[in-house]
Amino acid sequence: MKIDFPHRQFAHCESGVTANLLNYYGLPCSEAMAFGIGGGLFFAYVPFVKINFLPLTTFRIGPGSIFRKTTKRLGVKVGRQKFKDSRAAEQELDRLLASGCPVGAQTGVFWLPYFPPAYRFHFNAHNLVVYGKEADEYLISDPIFEEPVRCAARDLRKARFAKGALAPKGKLYYFEKMPEQLDVAQAAIAGIKDTCWAMLKIPLPLVGVRGIRLLARQLAKWPAKLGEKNALQHLGHVVRMQEEIGTGGGGFRLLYAAFLQEAAALLQNQHLLELSERCTEVGDRWREFAVAASRVCKGRQVGLGSFSELADLLRHCATQEEALFTDLHRAITR
Amino acid sequence: MKKADVPQQSGLMAGCREVNYAVDDDGSYTLAPSSGWEAKNVTLLHAWEAIIDQLEKELADIRAGRKSPLCYHMVKNQMDPTLLAKYSGVPRWRVKRHLKPAVFAKLDQVVLTGYADLFGISIDELCRVPDSPDLALAEFDHSESR
Repeated sequence: MKIDFPHRQFAHCESGVTANLLNYYGLPCSEAMAFGIGGGLFFAYVPFVKINFLPLTTFRIGPGSIFRKTTKRLGVKVGRQKFKDSRAAEQELDRLLASGCPVGAQTGVFWLPYFPPAYRFHFNAHNLVVYGKEADEYLISDPIFEEPVRCAARDLRKARFAKGALAPKGKLYYFEKMPEQLDVAQAAIAGIKDTCWAMLKIPLPLVGVRGIRLLARQLAKWPAKLGEKNALQHLGHVVRMQEEIGTGGGGFRLLYAAFLQEAAALLQNQHLLELSERCTEVGDRWREFAVAASRVCKGRQVGLGSFSELADLLRHCATQEEALFTDLHRAITR
Repeated sequence: MKKADVPQQSGLMAGCREVNYAVDDDGSYTLAPSSGWEAKNVTLLHAWEAIIDQLEKELADIRAGRKSPLCYHMVKNQMDPTLLAKYSGVPRWRVKRHLKPAVFAKLDQVVLTGYADLFGISIDELCRVPDSPDLALAEFDHSESR
C-alpha cells in the first residue's frame, strides 16, 4: 500500500513534516511558515538534561511543539498516540496507512539505517512521515533528505522505541480533519507573539535571551571547570546542536528570517521585512560563532582567552536577539 | 547568508545534501542545497574522535582482562550502563556486573541474545572484540575541507 504523498526536502524535520502534511491536505505551506506559526524559534541551555552525555543546548522549541501549535492555530483536528507496546504501535501504524492516512512519527536517529553513519547519534526527536508499506519495508518521507527513503520494519520499530532523553514512545500523529476556513495571517501573528514571549519573557534563567547569556557565562568557565578535552567536547556539542542537519543554518535564525519575510507579504507589514534582515544578521552572527568555535576545536587552543572571546560573541548574539524580538513584538502589536 | 556563500565542503555526509536558507541577489529567501560545512565537519569529526579514543581505552582494558567485551559494544553504540539498561530491559546493576569479564563469561544464552539483538550482531560477535575500533563512518574527505 502506498499513499501518493508529495515529498519536499526541507532543512528541519518537524516543521518540514508539518508543512508537507499541510500541503498534502490542500494548504500550500512553506517550511518557514509552518516553523513561524508553530513558534519554532527558541533557545534553551539545560545543563542537567544530557544528550550524548553533554548538556542539552537547543535552538528550537521542544519536540512536538511546532506540529501541535501550528495545527492548533490553523484549526486542524489532529490525532496523536503514544504506545507502550511496540507490536501495538506497529499495528496501529499499518491500520492508519491502510485507511489512506499519511502518518507523522517521532523517532530516534540512531536506529535509522538510511542516515549517513557519521550522523547516527542518540537523538530522539527526529520526525518523519510514513506514507506506505511494501513487503517488510516502510516508505518514508523524511524532510531532511532529498528523496523519499525506505526503512525496514524492524529498524523503524527500534527507532520509534528509542530510549533515553526525549524518548518517543512510538509516538504517531496525523490529520483528522482540516478546518473549513483557514486564517493563516492570524495564525502567523499568534506564532510571532509566542516566539517573542518565549525569547524575552519566560522567567527562567535557562531559556530565551537569558539562556544565551547563561551559556556565555558557563562557556567562559568550561576550560577551568572541565579540563581541556571535556571543554572542547562541550563546545563542539553546542556548534553541532546549532548547525547539524536540520537547522537551515545559524541555529534556525535564518529559517526564521525566511518566515518573517513571508509574513511581511502575508500581513502587509513592511516593518517585518526590515526585521527579517536583522534576523538574517543574527543568524550570520551565530554562524560566525560556529566558525570561531570550530577553529578552537580544531586548533585545540584552550586558553581562557579563546573561550572568553567566544562567550563575548554569544553575548553579542543575545543583545541583538533581545533588540530584535522587542521590536518584533512592537511591530506586530502596534 | 547569501546564496553564493552557502558552503559546499563535503565531509561526513556520505553524499547526502541538506538545504540551507540563504538570501538570493534580490534579497528574497531561497532554499539552497549544501554538501557540508567546514565548521560542522570539524566539530562532528571531533565528536567521533572522542568516541574512538574511548573505544581504544576500552579495548586496552578488555585485553588486560579488566573489562568484558560487552563494554566495547556498549561504547560503540554510544551507550552507558543506564541507557543500555533501558534498551535491554536488564536492570542497571546487572548491566554493570556484566561489564566484568568473569561475570560476562558465565552469562547464559538468553541474556547474550538480548544484547546481541539490540546491537544487531551475532552472539559470536558480541563475545569478540576487534583489534582496533571498527566504526563504519563514511570516508572523511580532507581534501575539500582544508
